[in-house]
Amino acid sequence: MKIKSTTIVDTFAEAFKMYGSRVIITADSKEWAMAAAQSITGFATSVIGCKCEAGIETIINANDSPDLRPGVSVLIFAMDAESLGKRLMERIGQCVMTCPTTACYNGLAGGSPVMVGGKLRYFGDGHQISKVIDGFKFWRIPVMDGEFLVNDEFNVQEAVGGGNLLILGKDQKSTLKAANAATKAMSQLTDIILPFPNGVVRSGSKVGSKYKKMIASTNDAYCPTLRGVVKKSELDDGINSVLEIVIDGLTLEAVEQAMRVGVMAAIKPGIKKISAGNYGGGLGQYHIHLLKLGFEN
Amino acid sequence: MPLKLKLHTKPEVPLEADCVCPDRMQSLNMTEIEDLIVFHGNCQVPLKNFFECSGEFDGEIDIEGDLVNVKHIASTMSFGKMTVSGNVGVHIGAAMSGGEIIVEGDASDWVGPEMLGGRITIKGNAGHMVGSGYRGSTMGMQGGEIIVHGNVKNETGHVMRRGLIVVGGDSGDFTGVNMLAGTIIVLGQMGIRAGAGMKRGSIICQTKSELLPTFTRSCDYQPSFLRHYFKHLESLGLIISDSLMNSPFERWCGDSIELNRGEILLYAGK
Repeated sequence: MKIKSTTIVDTFAEAFKMYGSRVIITADSKEWAMAAAQSITGFATSVIGCKCEAGIETIINANDSPDLRPGVSVLIFAMDAESLGKRLMERIGQCVMTCPTTACYNGLAGGSPVMVGGKLRYFGDGHQISKVIDGFKFWRIPVMDGEFLVNDEFNVQEAVGGGNLLILGKDQKSTLKAANAATKAMSQLTDIILPFPNGVVRSGSKVGSKYKKMIASTNDAYCPTLRGVVKKSELDDGINSVLEIVIDGLTLEAVEQAMRVGVMAAIKPGIKKISAGNYGGGLGQYHIHLLKLGFEN
Repeated sequence: MPLKLKLHTKPEVPLEADCVCPDRMQSLNMTEIEDLIVFHGNCQVPLKNFFECSGEFDGEIDIEGDLVNVKHIASTMSFGKMTVSGNVGVHIGAAMSGGEIIVEGDASDWVGPEMLGGRITIKGNAGHMVGSGYRGSTMGMQGGEIIVHGNVKNETGHVMRRGLIVVGGDSGDFTGVNMLAGTIIVLGQMGIRAGAGMKRGSIICQTKSELLPTFTRSCDYQPSFLRHYFKHLESLGLIISDSLMNSPFERWCGDSIELNRGEILLYAGK
């Protein structure tokens, strides 16, 4: 399928079942809320090396936030509910509780609960106070600027990780421009995050390696410098740069919608192809076919 | 369609009507409901001697009339909704564990004593011992919410263990006396000796108040959790001013003759 001068490759993104959670961070100002949000989503690009994937979902106006202060919504994903619970406790404890004026709330209505505030409370050394407000249990943990308020439990739900797009361009500049346009459009959506720096990853990976200790290694089929070196390159002559956008979402529909929006935004001069990464279909539970996303050329 | 009970004969002496409760009435037909036994003084009489019954029980009971001399309505209620269009007597919602009671008028003493869950809303004033424990009991209210839009009298939340009591107006003396935990919010003024003997728990008051010398001032600060309470109270129809929502509070801890783990938060805005 071709849209303008860009070919949409007949392939699919292989996505995985993950567990996701939404964390709402509020503070006295949007700057402090954002500081905590950036901290909690730091070093969380890929479960392979970071144990979780995280990103900022959206900014919340004071009128819409749980405590009527400026807020930021963050999504965090991990491979199972138990490890997600651990990541939530570590990251909220180290990145939100430490940030001046913040409070931290569960942002998911559905799913199953994991204890977070109920464990962090011990930092209060016996001076912590619980409150049940409108059916929700909170912990008030005394800190040096007042109190840190956190939900006793956060919900986690089944989610989808590893939705992706590969943007294949004639040069680095035009490919980066297209990737930026795609991430900007996708960032307007809710229920998804783009966990890599500015939403873009250049070091896409394949499963396995010639080195036994490595579980993943560079996606050589898409490295322009390896055309002519590797047995099977996916790059035609004239493609000199490839960038990937990875999408994690709370639902399959949200990931599909993000991919649809991303593809349309990435169709720009100099973009030869838009493809998607998969591992042959044998690993991921979800196959998101690009041509079934509903484009009109 | 709710079950409707209309008081046709005002009792001369207190009428004990603990049978007027969704749990007791849910599986009965109209004849059985009319024949439920109530205590009029020391005499056992059928409910129909005082109430005209109509409608059909669908989880709701509407009661009409001046019930100021009718006691123990909705005792041990666990579900459903009860609306009283008028005043109500003592011990309403005693030990209730679920459901909702709405009183359009005033309530007498002992609203929701030893309550476990659910919500009681009094649109008018209430008497003494709201959400308290009975004399000799070690624990009073242990869950749920009591919302009084008007004033209350003394010993609100006595030995309260958990839950929320909100007073839209003023509270009398000994608010939260011997409180074990839970939250009391007074949007008017508190009487003297608030929090006397409290072990844990929070008493929040919109006005400055004279406290016992066994309470120690901690600091002025803006507790985040109060905004949640205030938002919740707004959703229940109480009026919360912007200044209260954004105001600092003075934190006093006490009672130091006990655990000293309780707190009284007093409005510290201008």
